[in-house]
Amino acid sequence: MATSTPPRPSHPREAVESVVIRFAGDSGDGMQVTGSQFTVETALAGNDLATFPDFPAEIRAPAGTTFGVSAFQIRFGTADVLTAGDAVDVLVAMNPAALKVELRDLKPSGTIVVDTGAFTERNLAKAGFPTNPLQDGSLAKYRLLPFDITKLTTDAVKEFGLGTKEAHRCRNMWALGLMLWMYGREREATLGWLQKKFVKRPDVAAANVAALNAGHAFGETAEMAEHVVGYTVAPARFSPGVYRTVSGTEALAWGLIAGMRAAGLSRMIFSGYPITPASALLHTLANLKAFGVLTFQAEDEIAAIGAAIGAAYAGALGVTSSSGPGIALKTEMLGLAIATELPIVLVDSQRAGPSTGMPTKTEQSDLFQAVLGRNADSPLAVIAPRTAGDCFPMGVEAVRLATKYMTPVIVLSDTYLAHAAEPWRIPEERDLTRFPVRFRTDPTDFHPFLRDAETLARPWALPGTPGLEHRIGGIEKDFDTGHISYDPGNHHRMTQTRAAKIAGIARDIPPQDVALGEERGAVAVVGWGSTFGAIHEAVRRARGDGLAVSHIHVRYLSPFPSNLGELLRRFERVLVPELNNGQLVQLLRAAYLVDAKGFNKIAGKPFHVAELGAAIREHAK
Amino acid sequence: MTVVTVTDRELQPKDYASDQEVRWCPGCGDYAILKAVQKALADIGAPRERTVFVSGIGCAARFPYYISTYGFHTIHGRAPTIATGIKLANPELDVWVVTGDGDALSIGGNHLLHVLRRNVDLQLVLFNNEIYGLTKGQYSPTSRRGTRSPSTPLGSVENPVSACQVALGAGARFVARSVDTSMAHLVGVLERAHAHRGASFVEVFQNCVVFNDGVFDNFTAKEIAPEAQLPVEHGKPLLFGKSRDKGLRLVPGKLELEVVPATAPDILVHDERNRALAQLLTGLEPPAFPVALGVLYCDPAPAFEAEVHAQARAAGLGTDPASLDGLLRSGQTWTVA
Repeated sequence: MATSTPPRPSHPREAVESVVIRFAGDSGDGMQVTGSQFTVETALAGNDLATFPDFPAEIRAPAGTTFGVSAFQIRFGTADVLTAGDAVDVLVAMNPAALKVELRDLKPSGTIVVDTGAFTERNLAKAGFPTNPLQDGSLAKYRLLPFDITKLTTDAVKEFGLGTKEAHRCRNMWALGLMLWMYGREREATLGWLQKKFVKRPDVAAANVAALNAGHAFGETAEMAEHVVGYTVAPARFSPGVYRTVSGTEALAWGLIAGMRAAGLSRMIFSGYPITPASALLHTLANLKAFGVLTFQAEDEIAAIGAAIGAAYAGALGVTSSSGPGIALKTEMLGLAIATELPIVLVDSQRAGPSTGMPTKTEQSDLFQAVLGRNADSPLAVIAPRTAGDCFPMGVEAVRLATKYMTPVIVLSDTYLAHAAEPWRIPEERDLTRFPVRFRTDPTDFHPFLRDAETLARPWALPGTPGLEHRIGGIEKDFDTGHISYDPGNHHRMTQTRAAKIAGIARDIPPQDVALGEERGAVAVVGWGSTFGAIHEAVRRARGDGLAVSHIHVRYLSPFPSNLGELLRRFERVLVPELNNGQLVQLLRAAYLVDAKGFNKIAGKPFHVAELGAAIREHAK
Repeated sequence: MTVVTVTDRELQPKDYASDQEVRWCPGCGDYAILKAVQKALADIGAPRERTVFVSGIGCAARFPYYISTYGFHTIHGRAPTIATGIKLANPELDVWVVTGDGDALSIGGNHLLHVLRRNVDLQLVLFNNEIYGLTKGQYSPTSRRGTRSPSTPLGSVENPVSACQVALGAGARFVARSVDTSMAHLVGVLERAHAHRGASFVEVFQNCVVFNDGVFDNFTAKEIAPEAQLPVEHGKPLLFGKSRDKGLRLVPGKLELEVVPATAPDILVHDERNRALAQLLTGLEPPAFPVALGVLYCDPAPAFEAEVHAQARAAGLGTDPASLDGLLRSGQTWTVA
């Protein structure tokens, strides 16, 4: 098998199909950047990959504590990689706390790289180790690679005259260097990134480069412990094209811009209020002003959606974003957008709840809130991307539905999708379908709630247009004149019209497909959102075992695709795995009277393929 | 809806009236304010198509339905947020926010603070009637201690908030005050507010005939008004009284005002750029002092949306359309043949 660096003659590299590495350390140890850089080098090496960053809500928890452990997991391989992996092959633990927290996910006979320099009595005590696990034999079933990374790093950066603290901060680059060597990755992208990141501190840049190189050289050197083996992972087979790695946040930001352009709009007002994990979208878009994106950090969640609605009223694309508790605050405003029929996009990066819950942990528990969580009969469109890359087309789709149907659209993302990265074939703008909006300009027979016969959408009539001066608001409108109305029959009619408008979207979205397997059979495994990869892999394995199982992944949650009910009825059983206590399963049961069963995990973590596999087998009996 | 396009003559106040029947209680102070606003719009020559009235919830918030410009009746307390979005999307629009004491100072207090602090270029007119009218008469954040209402049958034990002092504290660059029945004065204040670039805050004392009738009589009743009102004007001495026989000056050695005969030395001259003076003026209360009316503070600063747009232009907006393909290919890419 080909390899990008020549193997050492004494230690030939072993070829492997796929690997899971988890980098873990204190939240101040730089594990997220370490993982991200390893991801970039791995992508450039041509492997398929999936990542799972997992970090605490505390920014800098007391050093050395178990609750301050930050981890970054990457799985990469030769074949399709759809999840970041159930179990870890290699754990890089920068201190005892990281070992303590992360060891439970390590495979038996897995590899542990530890910094012995961090295994001080004090750190061992903080992590709750009564004895040193590196010496008491408790790690005997693993392959332990103990190196004094602290000292090796300090030695490597000595010449740059950094203080002890700054020198120790280079430890992560040493560890990265070693892991890049171990899997035969290049270092060029990381070297370039370090020079750019520390452009104002050439000494720090040079020290980090030295640490990276030292870690890499450590793998190469003859006196290395002989059980340190290098590996090769052959490139995956991708269809031709230009690729990059992309996170859900980036893909969604770019998708919204692509959607704005496809709609022929020149301005996006994106307003948000800081909240984990949704803020990343605000940060990303704040740097894209040249594309016509004006970001607005509002005083609260309500103001954020208010500004988006005001922007939509004035003819811009209004977008706001939050996470569960913030979406709850925006609820009344969503009602206003529904009543005034204005096009806004609301991105919900779901996290574990209720209330503050676990802010940095993933969950799919806002589906009810998105579809049903408002006072009165207040339908809107809800869609959910299924992978990081899928956030791009679904960002475009959110804009299309909002502007075509003059409705708020909720995009359900989550913590996992927001942060997870994957290789992505970059689309060309010229290949995107355009859907130009038409603002109303003709005053003849105008009123603000005239409806398009096909879509039932009202006209988008902008302030600034002569002759179209009109008043809208949250009070019920008369169907025929657009004036305020308390007429009982009119309210009935308007409520049904608003419902019919949203229901009609089902005619304008792709029919539900089967992601894997036949269109009928014993078990349909029905998922939505970020669980796509885990479900897909579990279904693939079950099919390999001869089970008549299919994977259906629903991207349109309100309204459902028009063929969904009929499709589900072709299966003997319907299993709905969700990272919540059972929400899509109830919506499906209510909509189609199918006897769908839930499989639920509410742990703040993505599904493991193995646990889904067990559930599928149980269900297929 | 009938469309009236007026091109060949100047717009009259009645041209700013919509075709909707006004539904306030007979005798409500809101009628007078509506008239004053329509007069001010006509005086300004405000193009109807470029003017937007945004309101929250409450009696005052019905205002946009009665004006023939664009109008957006939003939700309780949140009109400033929607107005901010409108201005960000299209700074060319002339935006008025109409609000009440409960809308702006209770449920929407946070948004009032921030729309003023940011200095969004709009006019915010607060109809203060010291009561919740539309919900049938509960005490409001501006109600005086002891106000008896359905929710405070034994009298309110809360201290009222001063709208203008809140505005000044929030960093408003234009703070003015008027009375619903003082048509000429109110029109003048509204026109000043409109001319000001940035957020203009106008408090209008407005009588609620049903739930709080006569609450401002202690300084608006015809017979005592001249003695109880201090109309301020930039560059003019702070004089009041039927024959302008009283004035205000600083108590020597103290940051306090005192009423003295107009002939006394050191009568203060109103300087609307003096924030400290504005603070003192907004704190004057009867019976010891007259109520200060007019433009209490005006010191322009760059408007929020103008600065946001300037930043975006500096970042490349408005030149060549930025390349989406370039954006998607920024950073590390690789090609699979």
